[in-house]
Amino acid sequence: MISLLFEAYHYFLANQPRFWAATTQHLWISSVALAISTVIGLPIGIWAAHQARIGQWAINAFGALRLVPSLALLFLMQPYLGIGALPAMVALTLLAIPPILIATYAGIRAVDGDVREAARGMGMTTAQILWRVELPLALPSIVGGVRTAAVEVIASATLAAFIGGGGLGIFITRGYALFDTRIMLVGAIPVALLALAAELVLGWTQRRLASNLGTAT
Amino acid sequence: MRYLIDNFPYVLSLIGQHLVMSGLSLAIALVIALPIGIVCARVARLRNLVLGILGVIYTIPSLSLFVLLIPFTGLGLRPAVIALVAYAQLVLVRNVVVGLTGIDPAIVEAARGMGMTAAQRLWRVELPLALPIILAGVRVAMLSIIAIGTIAAFINAGGLGLLLFDGVRSSNPEKIIAGAVAVSALAISANGILWLIEQRVFQATRGVTGTKN
Repeated sequence: MISLLFEAYHYFLANQPRFWAATTQHLWISSVALAISTVIGLPIGIWAAHQARIGQWAINAFGALRLVPSLALLFLMQPYLGIGALPAMVALTLLAIPPILIATYAGIRAVDGDVREAARGMGMTTAQILWRVELPLALPSIVGGVRTAAVEVIASATLAAFIGGGGLGIFITRGYALFDTRIMLVGAIPVALLALAAELVLGWTQRRLASNLGTAT
Repeated sequence: MRYLIDNFPYVLSLIGQHLVMSGLSLAIALVIALPIGIVCARVARLRNLVLGILGVIYTIPSLSLFVLLIPFTGLGLRPAVIALVAYAQLVLVRNVVVGLTGIDPAIVEAARGMGMTAAQRLWRVELPLALPIILAGVRVAMLSIIAIGTIAAFINAGGLGLLLFDGVRSSNPEKIIAGAVAVSALAISANGILWLIEQRVFQATRGVTGTKN
């Protein structure tokens, strides 16, 4: 295993331009998908949290979407959208919406009714309550949703290489085609490190936000 | 959809493979997670360490873990089951811990007062009361095993992922759609069946403990 790691490292050194291009594309596809899914998931989550019955129904529907395995969702893009980075981004966006949406919903739902009542009593409008009370209190939960989504997106972006979407997965598909494990490791190890980094950074942010709220209230 | 109908016996055999891989992984995962969870529920200091390690494993992308296992195990069902068992640990251990630590201490105390030994309390009182939460973990674990098991076709572990990978390699939309529909149907059925069991058990334990739970 150790010698294999050395060989993988040599392959990495010899193919640096290609490696960094793949890493950049991996991060690009993942960030675009995360950004779009936040822009879509956040408002729907906020909306659903303020509806009594339809809200719960909508959350269940998006929860059901989560049952579709990520590989199936990604590969399903090929018959409809063809190959390339765009179909991969669409699939990753669809994958990232449910966790962000559900976390937003849960975060706002968890806001104490008394707190909301007090804000209304102080003369705040519905918009003010949302921006100054509900969203700040729900923020740790929302960041938690983004964290789940980010780890999922970075991992699933590896599968994008199978539908021509590029990213670090290209080393895994190339290594597999050539029966060369060291090339596969050049893709597999950095992806794992990226996922762990996203988990650590966003997890830390989430805990910081939660503890700030703890001292504020 | 035509592919699914024309090749039904083949799809059925892949569903069988997928179920065997998933069932085997879940069974092994439970055998490992239950004792770890019970120990972590008792020893608070171990809890964060163990859950932290399992969290790191859970974060590793499945394709990466499969590739990392190849040098040790080669291709096939064995590395797939090892990876699936590893992924299931976080959810299973966490739910065993939450289930056991959430029990009203008065109930355990009463069991002790009735003269039950530690083993009796665990088997006849604590585990039955924690069962609904443990089963909720089993359901979530099974869903991720089914989903990640699809990717295991890449390392020759078989299952429904074969349809997806073959379909993409040969640009055969019918095959991709058949694979996606079949694996989603499998996940939705597993979710439904396990959810029903969970509800039944939840009702039963609620009857025993009265208000709490």
